[in-house]
Amino acid sequence: MNEKDLKSMIESILNEMVGNKAEQETETAKPVETVAAAESNESELVQASVPEEVQEDDGECLEDITEIDLRKLLLVPDPEDREGYLKMKEKTPARLGVWRAGPRYKTITSLRFRADHAAAQDAVFSYVSEEFVKEMNLVPVATKCRDKDEYITRPDLGRQFSEETIEYIKQNTTKQAKVQIMVGDGLSSAAIEANLRDIIPSITQGFKMYGLDVGNILFVKHCRVPSMDVIGDVTEADVVCLLVGERPGLVTAESMSAYIAYKPTVGMPEARRTVISNIHSGGTPAVEAGAHIAELIKTMIERKASGIDLKL
Amino acid sequence: MGVRKVNEQLLSVGIDMGTSTTQLVLSKLHIQNLASSFSVPRLVITDKEVVYRSDICFTPVLADNRIDMLQIQSFVQEQYEKAGIHKDEIQTGAVIITGETARKDNANEVLLSLSGFAGDFVVATAGPDLESIIAAKGAGAHTYSKEHSTSIVNIDIGGGTSNLALFAGGELLDTGCLDIGGRLIKVDQSTHEITYIAPKIIQLAERKGLYLALGQRVTPADLQPIIGEMVKLLEESVGLKPPSDFYDTIITNKGLRLDRAIPCISFSGGVADYIYQEATGDVFEFGDIGILLGRAIAASPLTQQLTVARSVETIRATVVGAGSHTTEISGSTITYTEESFPIKNIPILKLAVADESGSSEQLAGAIADKLNWFKLNNDLQRVAIALEGKKSPSFLEVQKYAQGLHQGMSELLAREYPLIVIVQHDMAKVLGQSLYALLGYKKDVICIDSVQVDNGDYIDIGKPIADGKVLPVVIKTLVFH
Repeated sequence: MNEKDLKSMIESILNEMVGNKAEQETETAKPVETVAAAESNESELVQASVPEEVQEDDGECLEDITEIDLRKLLLVPDPEDREGYLKMKEKTPARLGVWRAGPRYKTITSLRFRADHAAAQDAVFSYVSEEFVKEMNLVPVATKCRDKDEYITRPDLGRQFSEETIEYIKQNTTKQAKVQIMVGDGLSSAAIEANLRDIIPSITQGFKMYGLDVGNILFVKHCRVPSMDVIGDVTEADVVCLLVGERPGLVTAESMSAYIAYKPTVGMPEARRTVISNIHSGGTPAVEAGAHIAELIKTMIERKASGIDLKL
Repeated sequence: MGVRKVNEQLLSVGIDMGTSTTQLVLSKLHIQNLASSFSVPRLVITDKEVVYRSDICFTPVLADNRIDMLQIQSFVQEQYEKAGIHKDEIQTGAVIITGETARKDNANEVLLSLSGFAGDFVVATAGPDLESIIAAKGAGAHTYSKEHSTSIVNIDIGGGTSNLALFAGGELLDTGCLDIGGRLIKVDQSTHEITYIAPKIIQLAERKGLYLALGQRVTPADLQPIIGEMVKLLEESVGLKPPSDFYDTIITNKGLRLDRAIPCISFSGGVADYIYQEATGDVFEFGDIGILLGRAIAASPLTQQLTVARSVETIRATVVGAGSHTTEISGSTITYTEESFPIKNIPILKLAVADESGSSEQLAGAIADKLNWFKLNNDLQRVAIALEGKKSPSFLEVQKYAQGLHQGMSELLAREYPLIVIVQHDMAKVLGQSLYALLGYKKDVICIDSVQVDNGDYIDIGKPIADGKVLPVVIKTLVFH
């Protein structure tokens, strides 16, 4: 078979394929139209459950679509059992009942997905503001990371401090305290700003009940969880509690964890950490988590153990 | 976190002292921590199983029409022995006194002493509302409504009364009670002569112009008209027919509100067996009209127009309900400093939502004001304050609640009563700690959440379980009106 033959054969095959595809498209065009028509009918429904958008161009912002409670937003038109569906949605943050436009998401679902994703990225790449650190009366320090990029790409540096920083920490903390609290931005600065105002006074109040002192609280910029092990070695505290922003997801960007360990030390097994995760307004409320953490720390001091060594 | 897998069992007893029979069941309530190892604990009752069903004995009545306490005690003792358990092993449970028995002179006394005799944290309960709820739960109506996402009415038809409870999506909506039952007309087994007619049934017969007299020899066909009238009243009670002029008379204390259509129905109580299945043999086998009433219901619009759900228990619904469905557990992050459990029979003061939305002074004022409801001869009883709380509150909001409660409950504090606070949202641990701080860590606080209560309810709180994480509680509607 010469080149010319081959070329014409491929041409004809291509023509056939494209031609067929065009035919298929005309075939499917009708159902797609019907779906579109059905959708325009139901757009009223959607409007009803979505805050009204500002129409005129007067420089105002659009309504914040992330304000919509997804658990209450059911986009399925004429569901067989609306109440039952909503009841099911109450139990999960998963995006159920989002319906579709043809084979794709509806616009609102698609936009919301991107908005939540953007919030997650912002939470990772933004910083806890200096004013906030001041307002909360925290002692600010930083790990060896120089910027966010380094923080993301070099986990090893996010758990180390310079000599000067260690000296500064020593000067600003109580040596051999019963408990040392520290806060780290971790992967969500938003989580810290959202929860700290409520959890710190709650922990403090709980400590008072158990006769514990809070002392100075450290704030660690570019913080990875094992940085608490260094703090343990430096301060020689019985218990170190790190409140750190969790890797954000699409459900919330404001989830915080508490990593707590009895006498943490660099190189210790991960299993010695006790974790309370999911601290946010849709999970364990910050105030209630604080009260629980205070009691947990008291138990750790009593039993001299944490992580899997601590049988609760 | 090193969480020992909590898999605790609570042994619970249920005792039902009814109009004609007394029975007992033992249930195991399984408790598990459903939270992952990385979050705050969340303990729930995951399973309830009946492990022992007693013999059924006739409720012993003395010659002077009082309940024979000693004989009931020996019945309970005997059943414990048969089941191979000791009284000390019973951790929770309830004694319910129902029907005619609840109206005996010494009912209250028997109830209280029997609950003490049966176990440390066995709770005394009574009243038509509670009877309806407990029977319906024993029959499985609340589970059915939840699993099928529907509403269902359970009618527990016993000897003297028919107790109605309406559930939607697992939640109780309403209760009602009618004086309709299988033993309201008694018929001699051999002679087929009528030996007893309840006063309300005589009235009903007169109203409808039906002839019915003591000593009258009857066939099932003769009784059909009066039984038909009784069934019609049941149809009215669930909204299948508009209420007739006799409906208000037949009601014991109250009927269902009937502001919504009820799609499903289930039956429990002794009569239920003859609704679900055809009886063979003599219809006057028990010397009453129970079997005929069951048959008439089976052939009525009650079963034909409504979806009939098969109940899991019939004649034992009430006792199983008392044994398996009265104990709940509190939320898993709570505060208690008090050690002297169980605490029994504490009335609930539920605040209105408006009381909570203002300042702490307003909250305090509302509590102080409403505490007056609980004063008998100017003497204040122990009271538990119940409130809604807030989903994910700020620390300042928690302080506001704590200050309002502390100030409002000062009269209770003056009497050295512990502060008992029941909040619906998940905030009890921090609220309890805040209250304890305001008390200077000197007076006791019990603050629990995730328990739903209302005005008119009473709460009993048992000894901490699952390594002290949760408290078992029993919520009761009013005991002896």
